[in-house]
Amino acid sequence: MIKQLSQRLLGPVTLILLALTLWLGLWVTPSFKVQGNLARLVYVHPAVAWVAIYVSFGTATIASALYLWRRTRSMLVDRIAHCAMEVSVVFIILTLITGSIWGRPAWGVWWAWDARLTSTAVLGVFALAYLALRRANDDPELRARRSAVLALLAAVNVPIIQFSVQWWKTLHQGATVFSTDHGLKIHGLQAWTLLISFLGFTMLYFWLLRARYRLEVLRDERYRASLEEALVQRRREGVR
Amino acid sequence: MIRVALLVAAKDLRIERRSRVLLWQVLPFGVMALVLCGLALGPQHAGHSSAGPGLFYLVMLLVALLMINRSQSIENSPGTKASVATLGLDPAGVFLGKALALMVELWLMGVVLLAGSVLLLHTALGGTLSALPSVLVTLAALAAAGALYGALSGGGQGPATLLPVLSFPAFAPLLIAGERSFSAALHGGSLWQWWLISLVALAAYVGLGILLYGVLEES
Amino acid sequence: MGSSSPVVALRDAVVLLSGFPLLSGVNLELEPGSLSVVTGANGAGKTSLLRLLGGLVTLSSGSGVVSGIDLRTGDLRELRRRVGWLGHEGSFYDDLSTHENLVFAAKALERPIIEIPSVLERVGLAGRAATPARKLSAGQRRRLGLAWLLLRRPEIWLLDEPYASLDDEGRTFFDQLVGDVVSAGATVVLTAHDPLRSSALAPRTLTLAGGLIVEDRS
Repeated sequence: MIKQLSQRLLGPVTLILLALTLWLGLWVTPSFKVQGNLARLVYVHPAVAWVAIYVSFGTATIASALYLWRRTRSMLVDRIAHCAMEVSVVFIILTLITGSIWGRPAWGVWWAWDARLTSTAVLGVFALAYLALRRANDDPELRARRSAVLALLAAVNVPIIQFSVQWWKTLHQGATVFSTDHGLKIHGLQAWTLLISFLGFTMLYFWLLRARYRLEVLRDERYRASLEEALVQRRREGVR
Repeated sequence: MIRVALLVAAKDLRIERRSRVLLWQVLPFGVMALVLCGLALGPQHAGHSSAGPGLFYLVMLLVALLMINRSQSIENSPGTKASVATLGLDPAGVFLGKALALMVELWLMGVVLLAGSVLLLHTALGGTLSALPSVLVTLAALAAAGALYGALSGGGQGPATLLPVLSFPAFAPLLIAGERSFSAALHGGSLWQWWLISLVALAAYVGLGILLYGVLEES
Repeated sequence: MGSSSPVVALRDAVVLLSGFPLLSGVNLELEPGSLSVVTGANGAGKTSLLRLLGGLVTLSSGSGVVSGIDLRTGDLRELRRRVGWLGHEGSFYDDLSTHENLVFAAKALERPIIEIPSVLERVGLAGRAATPARKLSAGQRRRLGLAWLLLRRPEIWLLDEPYASLDDEGRTFFDQLVGDVVSAGATVVLTAHDPLRSSALAPRTLTLAGGLIVEDRS
């Protein structure tokens, strides 16, 4: 019952949190000292990036690792990995778009070959490569195994993105929320709005993942039905 | 594992020596690509351009893709695949052997194309020679990654077109590191951080290949 | 004869490829040291059955145990080490010579290379040791495949249309070889379009159609 309730509430709660983010971010919170209203993108871009790189890609990576380990191998974890990676592509694209919108006035260019931007774009290409690999293989087990390996290889990129602003001189700013001594860099209503945005976009991710997963389950059911049909047809060949 | 690696590497190199695909197909392609790069730069810019290292690695990428596909195609004819599978070779050894053979082939191509970049793209001879160690390390990392990604893409519906899609995001950081260290050797600058990336990537891909090749082989 | 448990035991074995059932519920038991011929029309599933027995394809549903290894949960790499495969496509590296192919196989299996000349002699390829495999005729390639198996001496021999491309002399030689191998205790399963020829050898003929065994004659 709790599961059903939480599933029913997921959509409305997500919408409420995102609406709150929008209202607080655009109208209620004060503008920023240096970048003015442009910096209101802080209530979207970091949250979207967080979901893209850690939540969504992280889910796909963990599910892939679980698939490769015999004890936890199942088509369920493969489905989760696939769906999470698809949602990851969407969020990575949103990260790059919101980042570009922010970067154009701040840096004067839509795109720079900056370490963080480049490594994030590379992650996006990995995610697309994952989907291409899945389409190239019809056999479910073969497809699951190969894409799981690719997801693990791609995950190597995540720490590179995380530490890119420290390892290289980059245009991209450093940590948005925490300073190097783990103190908060953002306070008051702005901090709360940022927190709500992170929650909202994370819930959005789970909402999209659930919807995508249900579609995948239906697809698998249709595949199983077609297999049954194919078996019957095949056996009839033997009878004739 | 080492025994199997040396056996597989020797077999691949022997096949290459017999078939001469590297000599008669890949090498001419690589040289033609370098010529095209020179033409693209044009006579006004070719002598002064700092694009030499980047163009060298771009051509090496194209050459590597051809060679990785070739390395996979040796194993992927249906009868050979089944028979070799029944030999029960240690997959980690097979991976290392494939990577080793690819590395030797890429090194040979790399040396020839480096000479080509001096001639056609006017990269300074002294700087190019001092870039040689970093080029060899980068190409070794490319070979290890290539052996792994070649197996990942092999046997799919479109293996020749799948390999570039899968491997580009993995090769990109290697090529960046290689280009930066080549440029640093030519124009001065800090080499060590780019060396470090190439070495770490080499170690990572060798480790990942040893761990994961068996899973791909089961496929 | 042989041990008490069958070397092959399949129950409702289904093998799928891209959603198509290559095998649609095979039930089969084979005793060790036996010789079986699998016949049937093109597309009946003969090659797929051999590949399943060799651990070269995975079981999609049903159950199977070959040489004591479970086809769903067991170590298929270990199973593959125990079988010998002779496909109709050619089993080796085209750019290597006959001798070099066998050296590779011998070193892979840690067998003495000194056995190779006698094996080549036995299959009638002694004069072709230095010939690249791509230059061998179809029948000679078949013999090279047999040489590979003779070096390996596997427990289970899986031969896919071994009579194809062999002349009368080749077929007689092959019958003799298979007889020797079975007498030595190996289990042989081969596919053939011509049941009459092969039944001269084999006490058991299995006919496949639609991915099922529709006839089993001993």
